Amino acid sequence: MNIQFRDRPESSASVSVKSAIADCDIHPARATATELYPFLEKRWHAHLEAYGKQAYHGMMEGPPYPKAQPNASRRDAWPPEGGPQGSSLSFMQKQLLDPYNVALGVLNPLASGQGLRNQDLAGAICSAINDWQIEKWTSKDKRLKSSIVVANEDGISAAAEIRKRAGDPNFVQVLLLSRNVEPLGQRRYWPVYEAAQEIGLPVGVHAFGFGGNPLTPSGWPSFYIEEMVGHSQCQQTALASLVLEGVFERYPNLKMVMIEAGFGWAPSLGWRLDKTFERLHSEVPHLKRKPSEYIRDHIWWTTQPMEDPERRDHLFETIEWIGWDRLLFATDYPHWDFDEPSRVLPPGVSDANREAFYLGNAKKLYGIS
Amino acid sequence: MTSPIAGGVDCDLHPAVPHLTSLLPYMNDYWRDQVTTRGMTDLVSQSYPTNSPISSRPDWRPAQGKPGADLADMRKQALDRFAVAYGICNPLYGVQMVFSEDMQDAFCRALNDWLAKEWLDKDERLRGSIVIPTQSVEKSVAEIERCAKDSRFVQVLMLVMGDMPLGKRAYWPIYAAAERLGLTIGVHAGSAYHNPPTSIGWGSYHIEDYVAQATAFQTQLTSLIVEGVFARHPNLKMVMLESGFTWLPAYLWRLHKFWRGIRMETPWVDRAPLEIVRSNIRFSLQPVDAPPDPATLNRLFDHMQSDELLLFSTDYPHWQFDGDEVLPEGISPDLVSKIMIDNPLKTYGRLKQTVTQEATP
Repeated sequence: MNIQFRDRPESSASVSVKSAIADCDIHPARATATELYPFLEKRWHAHLEAYGKQAYHGMMEGPPYPKAQPNASRRDAWPPEGGPQGSSLSFMQKQLLDPYNVALGVLNPLASGQGLRNQDLAGAICSAINDWQIEKWTSKDKRLKSSIVVANEDGISAAAEIRKRAGDPNFVQVLLLSRNVEPLGQRRYWPVYEAAQEIGLPVGVHAFGFGGNPLTPSGWPSFYIEEMVGHSQCQQTALASLVLEGVFERYPNLKMVMIEAGFGWAPSLGWRLDKTFERLHSEVPHLKRKPSEYIRDHIWWTTQPMEDPERRDHLFETIEWIGWDRLLFATDYPHWDFDEPSRVLPPGVSDANREAFYLGNAKKLYGIS
Repeated sequence: MTSPIAGGVDCDLHPAVPHLTSLLPYMNDYWRDQVTTRGMTDLVSQSYPTNSPISSRPDWRPAQGKPGADLADMRKQALDRFAVAYGICNPLYGVQMVFSEDMQDAFCRALNDWLAKEWLDKDERLRGSIVIPTQSVEKSVAEIERCAKDSRFVQVLMLVMGDMPLGKRAYWPIYAAAERLGLTIGVHAGSAYHNPPTSIGWGSYHIEDYVAQATAFQTQLTSLIVEGVFARHPNLKMVMLESGFTWLPAYLWRLHKFWRGIRMETPWVDRAPLEIVRSNIRFSLQPVDAPPDPATLNRLFDHMQSDELLLFSTDYPHWQFDGDEVLPEGISPDLVSKIMIDNPLKTYGRLKQTVTQEATP
């Protein structure tokens, strides 16, 4: 965070990070509003022009909480040929993939059909985004892999879209957002988990989205910083819901990735769940194990925005409580809170843990050899 | 086992209102009539269903009636057992759930008068929290001023899940009144259920609501800090009650990082969030949401980087510990004395005052 973007030579990263890395959270954007049209039925072009994308919040343009800079992106990430940050493959190669030696880059498109109120439109846009990812990104650069976006409020459509992509090597995960109409453990989302388990892909849950619920259990907060810090609270709640509803009992081979919501809260959430479960297990007899055990076995975490305590032993202890085998390095390119690979991990980490953190865990989880 | 020491302060006791009808003597004719002719039922909150295992330790559950409703039981099971000098009563009766601010106001007044008469008058160790009708800030301030004349009221009590985030400026007259009158603001677990009990909607289970309380405390701390409550009221102390605390270090790492990144949005925040928490925010001890091994717990205390944050509590009659194991294993005698005596006395300025009652509240 607080990237010093003025004086950074373009090649500085390659000096300090020599080994290949995986970047498990990259956000591709469209260069123009109509870039998706070739992948969308004609009826939706007219629909979008008349009614726009109506989400579970009031804004027709832009997010309800204005970002700290345009598109929440680095000020140096505007592509020279024009278009928003993250919309140019060649500039992404030059600014991210080449200098940081990214061997695997996982694309997570955020502005898709997810979170729209019209489920037919949501499904059409998600499917178009999936085709667009292949056409514009993954077919052009083999380092990049896509996430299948789905209209998750409509389980039937979502499951069909997931099965349609079964076996397609362009895709390495199914992508959901953390804030939906209901907590993610609820049954309306089970078709997504069933289909993902069936085709053998992990489900990533990226912070963000609007599901119509106030962003805190006391109503709507005032500031962007509250939304940003609050992603970790929303994610904790989503994960607690997944565990307590028994999703991992029902789908024992399901793997999930918590993306861009921090990981420092994970140990405490596990302890709290376990302690409360000791008292209240009679209410959730479908759980056969301690809640923290489901988390340990089924959940991976992307690192950005990396927690950075004043003392590095506090960071290392926190990671040990989670497991060095569970963290996936991510930059969040092109967003402003980009984590520089050479700076996130303080000295004092073994070579094996360092390799797992930057590359090994991601290759294993996403099945990349 | 870590032994408690005598002369401590139990900062979170829950005397139970036996039934809404128990408050009738403290209501005026109009509200007495409303309650009876409309057939209103008891105000038990989903946050603490009477028979839920967490709502009462099995050996503290009375043969009949609500746990925590009997002073003799509270003396035997908590006040005498842990030899405290003071016990702070935080009634969790569900008055916050009603939607009419007039009704809420009438019920809060009755509840506060009931607490003074039926509990504080009967045991001189007991102190009280003023329950306020937060839907009306004006009525809340009036109720604080009315009750504060009785120096046995040491705190104002709010729920962690209410109508608006607690930092919102509309609430600030409440904080001004508390600071002026030397009262802390206690924020207790529980919801008014005027919003869904999690930030992503309604879950299915009681256990889910209970676990989610910790996240509600986190969003409230963010709101209080970034709205600037402590820039305006630097002497105001707030106590997070039944909040858990093992989430605090990682939460602060994240808040601190974002504050450094986008502090231009809230330029009135005059100190780092970490510093604000250390000077203005305290946490009750129970529930200890840590694993049972002392080594991990001591690492967590180190992550908290302060031994002044925790205040002793039993959370009576809720079931947070068994036997006499109110203090977690492995903490030092020095920390025990800070948690039980020094920290609460520094937090609750009114505890050291001589008891004065200008007027019967």
